[in-house]
Amino acid sequence: MVNLLMANPDPTVVERVERPAEPPPTAEPVPPLTFEVKNLSIWYGQKRAINDVTLDVASNAVTAIIGPSGCGKSTFIRCLNRMHELVPKTRIEGRVLLQGEDLYSSAIDPAIVRRRVGMVFQKSNPFPTMSIGENVVIGLRLNGVRSQKFLNERLEKSLRMAALWDEVKDDLHKPGTSLSGGQQQRLCIARALAVQPEVLLMDEPCSALDPIATAKIEELIYELKSQYTIVTVTHNMQQAGRISDYTAFFYLGKLIEFGPTTKIFTNPSERQTEDYITGRFG
Amino acid sequence: MEIAAPPAPKAFEAPSDPRSVARAMAPPSRFGDKAFEWLTLMMAMAVVVLVILTGWQLWRGSSQAIQKFGFHFLATSTWDPVAEQFGALPFIYGTLVSSLIALLIAVPLSIATAVYLTELAPLSIRQPLVSLIEMLAAIPSVILGLWGIFVMVPWLRDYPFPWLKRLFGWTPFFSGPIYGTSMLAGGIIIAIMILPIITSVSREILRSVPDLQREAAYALGATRWEVTRIAVLSYARKGLFGAVILGLGRALGETMAVTMVIGNTPQIAASLFKPGYTLASVIANEFTEATTDIYLEALFEIGLVLFGVTILVNLIAQLLLKTMTTTTSGTRAVQ
Amino acid sequence: MNLNSGRADNHHWRKVKNMLASATTFVSALLVIAPLALVFFHLLVNGASSVSWDFFTHLPKPVGEAGGGMVNAIVGSLQLLALASIIGIPIGVLGGVYLAEYGTARVNWMLRFVADVLNGVPSITWGVVVYGLVVLRFKGFSAYAGGLALGLIMIPLILRTTEEVILLVPNGYREAALALGVARWKTIVHIVMKTASKGIITGILLALARVGGETAPLLFTAFGNRFWNHNLNEPIAALPLQIFTYAISPYDDWHRQAWAGALVLVTGIFCVNVIVRVLTRQRTASIV
Repeated sequence: MVNLLMANPDPTVVERVERPAEPPPTAEPVPPLTFEVKNLSIWYGQKRAINDVTLDVASNAVTAIIGPSGCGKSTFIRCLNRMHELVPKTRIEGRVLLQGEDLYSSAIDPAIVRRRVGMVFQKSNPFPTMSIGENVVIGLRLNGVRSQKFLNERLEKSLRMAALWDEVKDDLHKPGTSLSGGQQQRLCIARALAVQPEVLLMDEPCSALDPIATAKIEELIYELKSQYTIVTVTHNMQQAGRISDYTAFFYLGKLIEFGPTTKIFTNPSERQTEDYITGRFG
Repeated sequence: MEIAAPPAPKAFEAPSDPRSVARAMAPPSRFGDKAFEWLTLMMAMAVVVLVILTGWQLWRGSSQAIQKFGFHFLATSTWDPVAEQFGALPFIYGTLVSSLIALLIAVPLSIATAVYLTELAPLSIRQPLVSLIEMLAAIPSVILGLWGIFVMVPWLRDYPFPWLKRLFGWTPFFSGPIYGTSMLAGGIIIAIMILPIITSVSREILRSVPDLQREAAYALGATRWEVTRIAVLSYARKGLFGAVILGLGRALGETMAVTMVIGNTPQIAASLFKPGYTLASVIANEFTEATTDIYLEALFEIGLVLFGVTILVNLIAQLLLKTMTTTTSGTRAVQ
Repeated sequence: MNLNSGRADNHHWRKVKNMLASATTFVSALLVIAPLALVFFHLLVNGASSVSWDFFTHLPKPVGEAGGGMVNAIVGSLQLLALASIIGIPIGVLGGVYLAEYGTARVNWMLRFVADVLNGVPSITWGVVVYGLVVLRFKGFSAYAGGLALGLIMIPLILRTTEEVILLVPNGYREAALALGVARWKTIVHIVMKTASKGIITGILLALARVGGETAPLLFTAFGNRFWNHNLNEPIAALPLQIFTYAISPYDDWHRQAWAGALVLVTGIFCVNVIVRVLTRQRTASIV
């Protein structure tokens, strides 16, 4: 069994992988859960995009969703904040619990869900008509926050959390689009964090960025997980191995395997998982 | 790629109250979304309301005249307000003939220009020419009419008309005295007004022809003109026809410029040098002069006829144009 | 082997046909533009000398007397445009928002179709309709009636341009806003419409330029006025109306003033078109 990570061992990376930060190995008690997904199926019209998926997302940890194109990764992550409802003719079966509450009950407004579960997209999209500062607090403003003092506090806090404050603190009035690609993505992260979600969903956040910008974002993700639960979709397996604590492997809408990252990448139980990890298909 | 050991997680200043932000935000209300959707729907429905409103107003305003004259209205050629005899035939004739003349002049010029702009012109002059044509489209009808009265008609009367009479005076179309203001002048000025719209719509149609069609013809060794004729024009036939019908719709409703040069005489004559009268012109000229109720109602009825005809023509034009663009497909074989 | 040996016999003739086609279509293009040049030329020649300070500041003189100006017509046109905007802009913009953001494919297709057909209806029809609705009911011509007629013309125009521009806003912005928990309607108003604002404004400007030159719908709604309008319930002068009245009159002095009025009107319309062009060019340069 080839361990992809062992092919070019970097002592620090290997050390990190062999000494998982969180959570402890399976003998320990189950960690607190943010999401419990039970038998989730999603249809777009007649096509079944997600097929009977059950998994749990641990709190204050990074869960990576991997799999080849068209396997349903983006669909899955979007049903965690009810964004898949934006596509017409979708149907959902099964349950998604956020901190024990049913996300899809008719009593909950999707807007509330999306305030608790934030999202960052593949292509960074700061609003073009607004400055950097306006972009960060727009979520708060449009959701009814009036106090300028409060907005300023959240502005600074969010930009610090996104590791962007020092770079832009003198340029807050400049247009959001004047930043580089990596900075724009961090701006989008700050914007998402400003409304103080419990979870941050990231749909291939680095796929449009160069390696240096990618490294900065990965660093940021590692810092953020102490405060937030993070679920990230990535088609870059090495990235999943670097940053995540848990990994879920999807294929053709089904969840093939889910478990701690170390196990998935060193000793997967399923044949398909091993084939994908080792690059036999993709 | 080597990654340095990540730094220990920074100690964040824990928010004083984890829910403070959530509390600061107003609870979402579903009311806003529903209300806005309904509001915009009402506004969008305004177009339907407008059609119904127009039809109703025109019908109501002409009800008595319809009762009195019935369908004879469309077939009678007497227009005598004093004797309260109203027949719309001269105006129908005038509208049709002036529009036909306009199409005969404008369609070949417009389509040829559209072909030039999309297929044959050097790239550098395309945009300037397009801008100039858009400027022509922006000229209000009344200003073209002003130019028509004082520049075009006198010139027509002194040069082209006598020449036409010399050559074709033996036909009924170019016989009789030349006044200047005439059916032919009306047709010419309508042609000028509809040139821009037929050109720009044709241009859009030609541009939507997939390059695949052209490339296939080029690959067979065709010249530029042959590519245009074989691959482009035949493919775009339906859409070009739609553009022509759209121009016809415009021509039928053209009011001010025509009124100023056509002579405004309700008569049906073979000669194009004789003055004429169109549906739109009679409304424009006589509406405020209508002293009796029946007179006004007759004019309303003319408005109804004009509305009905232009709606029908525009309907056909839009159907042709919209179904052309949806059948555009890059894989269609060269016809 | 000679590459030319396979050439068809009619090759030369085909080349000639090609050149003829190019030449003919080029001449057509020139003929299409010729009226524009001629109209402009005569406007300048006949009108420029009469566009004076008097023209912009004086009221028309009594019939037959020389001199005077068209200030009431210019101001009247602006007033009518303002009235028309009150109806045309809100209905047109919000209707366009509906077609772009809501609705089903079929319903929207039909609404678009109706709007496009309406855009082809002769403008005099609206004058007749408003005559029946307003002038007859309130027994008099008025600025309100004229404004309404122009406003009705603007509705389908602005509706289509607004819809097209909003459809161009990339979906990523809508998603990003919704993902923050912002309500749908706020997303549309504060994010989507704001992003499309330049396009919406240029659509409005083009519609204003178009109805600003309309005469027919005003003939029996606003009716025209030789003096100032003091009450919007009364007839009001408008520049295109004044030009028409003067042009068909028998007085030479009025003809001269008609040319001047026409030059002013065309200049105004062209200025708006140029502004629109400038705004649109900036927009295409900055699309992200």
